[in-house]
Amino acid sequence: MSATTQSPTASESRTPSKAARLLGDRRLPVGVTALLFLVMYGVGLGRYQFYGFAEPQVFLNLFIDNGYLLVAAVGVTFVILSGGIDLSVGSMIGFTTMFTAWLVERQGLPIVVVIPMALAVGAFGGFLMGYVIHNFEIQPFIVTLAGLFLFRGLCLVISKESISISDASVSSMAQAQVSLGMGFVSIGAVVSLVVLAVAFYVLHYTRFGRRVYAIGGNEQSAMLMGLPQGGTKIAVYTVSGFCSALAGLMFTLYIQSGDPLHATGMELDAIAAVVIGGTLLTGGSGYVLGTLFGVLVLGLIKSIIQFEGTLSSWWTKIATGVLLCAFILVQRFMTTRKKT
Amino acid sequence: MTTSSTTSSRWRALTRHHLFWPVAVLVLLLLVNVPFTPDFFSIKMADGHLYGSLVSIVLFGSPLILVAVGMTLVIATGGIDLSVGAVVAITGALACSYISDQKDQGALSGVLLAMGLGLLAAVVCGLWNGFLVARMGIQPIIATLIIMVAGRGVAQLITDGQIITINSEPYKLIGGGYWLTLPFSIFVVAAVVAVTGALTRRTALGLLVEAVGGNAEASRLVGIRSRRIKILVYMFCALCAGIAGLMISSNTSAADGNNAGLWIELDAILAVVIGGTSLLGGRFSIGGTVVGALVIQTLTTTIYTIGVPTQTNLVFKAAVVIVVCLLQSPKFRDKVFGAKFAARFRAKAGAKTAATPADSAAPTEAAPKMEVS
Repeated sequence: MSATTQSPTASESRTPSKAARLLGDRRLPVGVTALLFLVMYGVGLGRYQFYGFAEPQVFLNLFIDNGYLLVAAVGVTFVILSGGIDLSVGSMIGFTTMFTAWLVERQGLPIVVVIPMALAVGAFGGFLMGYVIHNFEIQPFIVTLAGLFLFRGLCLVISKESISISDASVSSMAQAQVSLGMGFVSIGAVVSLVVLAVAFYVLHYTRFGRRVYAIGGNEQSAMLMGLPQGGTKIAVYTVSGFCSALAGLMFTLYIQSGDPLHATGMELDAIAAVVIGGTLLTGGSGYVLGTLFGVLVLGLIKSIIQFEGTLSSWWTKIATGVLLCAFILVQRFMTTRKKT
Repeated sequence: MTTSSTTSSRWRALTRHHLFWPVAVLVLLLLVNVPFTPDFFSIKMADGHLYGSLVSIVLFGSPLILVAVGMTLVIATGGIDLSVGAVVAITGALACSYISDQKDQGALSGVLLAMGLGLLAAVVCGLWNGFLVARMGIQPIIATLIIMVAGRGVAQLITDGQIITINSEPYKLIGGGYWLTLPFSIFVVAAVVAVTGALTRRTALGLLVEAVGGNAEASRLVGIRSRRIKILVYMFCALCAGIAGLMISSNTSAADGNNAGLWIELDAILAVVIGGTSLLGGRFSIGGTVVGALVIQTLTTTIYTIGVPTQTNLVFKAAVVIVVCLLQSPKFRDKVFGAKFAARFRAKAGAKTAATPADSAAPTEAAPKMEVS
């Protein structure tokens, strides 16, 4: 928008006007998402205040019910920031639930042993995909698609039926409540917030985080600058695999069973959350805090639909799609502004 | 001396044909079945219909072939369409809900109207995708993600979350009926493939599509209406998905908004890749895609017939994706078969990679190569 940036005086010609600066601000999409969340929450308060919507626990439940999605979406944020995509997230979550349930129930291993195993398997799966993507120069889309098939298939290889977990330590872990004064959260919710904090630190305050942004911004420039793009790329997919496995463990705790069809299509929810959170799908721009708001907005849609009662679950999908569309168009509008 | 060199050159020419490897894989997969089912290739006549494994492979593979053919053209323009599964669900849901509302479900006019309604909805979805990609300039993967997410919700909304079952003889024909002793869907697929092939290879349309995929900006500068071509291609892809949706719902006489066409977009992309079409765009092969779709269907059938538990189906599919992609990757061939072998391959594939240097989707392809040269 040259009209707004061109000002008559020479001294001001280099500094864009306030409005243009605001619209060109990278933080704007996150702000918009946060605002959207607040508006939706306000509407919810207005509509359902007599049904207990105002209780703090309803807000905390957002974290309890969507903690696993938050962790998965944080992993996807890394991948998308680096300019890639990971389609294997849902399958990896499903596989982790199966793997965990199978080891705990059928093999009798204690959950403390199973957790590191599951995380290692997830991280290794991500590493393998990253390795193939980098070393053989195959598009991330196709490699992670193969990962999607592979892990969903491995779920079914473990067992066709769902395995419910009756292990005492698992259920005590699942039911553990962390009191916050005004309400409580589950262990999973705490873990998800820790993951978010770590991801925030890594992305914004470490060298690795800078590399992720640099590669996503312009891979060729990053390479010419001498950044180790290969290692970074592989690491990004490893992080995503690790986060998916962690999300899978949290999902296992949340639902206390392993099922080969768990979390089908959750990669799309995660990608949607990242996009709604304002991260550019072309990579290189975005904030992991935006992902938090993206997940919260998606979670809030679900709980509003629950409170509404008459609305049916498919409205969740439609609302997600509409929001996704709106945010993609906003992003598109903003990136064209930046270029002109 | 001369004869041996001509046969070897002929053999080389044959192996270099773009359909050679897909067809070889298909034949291999078909042959794998023979030790397990000795009468695999036999086709019997019963009730005036032809029965046999080959017939059923084509019958059950028809929706996939249709979707994959549409996908081929989208991928040829350098795009991708993730929404086809949702379009399948929407089309089936609309057609079935319209038919179930009719007093006489067998009335031909009602069925035709229902089909038209479903296909219209599909084309509108395609128009929307094309609009986002071509007009708004949004990455295809993201643009089509919107309908992929929302579309299933819309399909469930249409069917009210239920599985609508119908009982309509004329509608049954498209997906489950027989004509001239063969499944009717084979004729539908043959017609679509023939029309697509004729349009893209007998007219300049295919060339234009490849030009747009090679470099949309350059093709626009030489006077090709690249935006219009892109929109048309997405509409065509959605139309194909719509026909597949009619076929799937007709075969089961039911519309399931949640599960109809689930993951078919992934299978379709896989079929396109196996068929030798580059995901970077700029080059496509309809014949390859049809073979690719048949490979996937044959793989599924083979897994059934050789008695491997069906749940390993997805693992096999993953293995095939990985192997096919690795074989298509020049870097992998370099590392595994040595540079000489890879160079020969590259000479063949050189045209396609060299044609798309400015493709925005190919930074990973372009970047390391620059370093080498």
